[in-house]
Amino acid sequence: MARAAVLGRLTWLVGKVTDVRDETPTARTITLEVPGWPGHAPGQHVDVRLTAADGYSAQRSYSIASAADGTRLELTVQRLADGEVSPYLAGVLAAGYPLELRGPIGGWFLWDAADPAPVLLVAGGSGIVPLMAMLRARAAAAASIPFRLVYSARSPDDVIYAGELAGLQRAGLDVQLVYTRSAPPGSGRPAGRITAADLTAGSWGPDRAPAVFVCGPTGFVTAAAELLTAAGHDPGRIKTERFGPTGG
Amino acid sequence: MTDYLDGNVLGGTLGELFAVDITAARAQCASCGNRGAVAQTLVYPAGPGMVARCPACGAVVIRLARGEDRAWLDLRGLSYLQLEVPPGPEPSPAV
Repeated sequence: MARAAVLGRLTWLVGKVTDVRDETPTARTITLEVPGWPGHAPGQHVDVRLTAADGYSAQRSYSIASAADGTRLELTVQRLADGEVSPYLAGVLAAGYPLELRGPIGGWFLWDAADPAPVLLVAGGSGIVPLMAMLRARAAAAASIPFRLVYSARSPDDVIYAGELAGLQRAGLDVQLVYTRSAPPGSGRPAGRITAADLTAGSWGPDRAPAVFVCGPTGFVTAAAELLTAAGHDPGRIKTERFGPTGG
Repeated sequence: MTDYLDGNVLGGTLGELFAVDITAARAQCASCGNRGAVAQTLVYPAGPGMVARCPACGAVVIRLARGEDRAWLDLRGLSYLQLEVPPGPEPSPAV
């Protein structure tokens, strides 16, 4: 299915927003109905294009947050104060609005539900979005493949999908939240950047040879990938997706 | 300019040009011989186009620019691309 989803040249499609909901004070999920959407694999992204009345156009890439579900898809957009596109997507866009996009894009940063290997997901900030698509695809497939999520966020208020993640955790998913600026009382881990111990806790060392997906800002991804490699993870098993200054 | 992204970010523009996903293709760096997915290259997007560098040696492997009605693709930093394609018929013998 992943292959079918990436074959064929990309063309622009027009989706219709059916719902928007705030995930955090700065992140919003946009639900779209996209006629002609060919389906997607967890980890893929779309390009979104906004065009002004005078013809000026700006384009950005956003990860798909939802598992494959016909022509319905969800994006979660982090609003950047000085951004050009995200303030519109995560602030102005409302149900009924059209949105131009193309996708699905990317045949590499994908979780393949047929792969029996355990999976270690490492998210920094809104880097959780494509990893959430993987968690949702796993849940939709009722797969029993072991997953561990290590999610670095500035504070509890910045955790996207907090309620859904708590539910998955109660259902047995191994979730570790790493707070970099302020941790809630009693979290047992002082606030601070991600460490090797966060990544290899429990039985998740390199000897288990998990498939590893790391997504976040460039600095976070580089630091996490270096920690994983230094801990003995095979660099060939670590897939990364960085987002940076072209976001927004 | 030190901020870079992954080769994944080339997917949209390359997907406009080619029917197979180039970011998942394996590529060999013409400078050092390193092999890996195009998605693993380090992409510097700040210029008028995007410049992808080899993650092993830093050599420029791909340059891609999209203009109003044309695109430029410079692959001379690669010695080859290996693409996964759906199974097809055996090639016919040359006539």
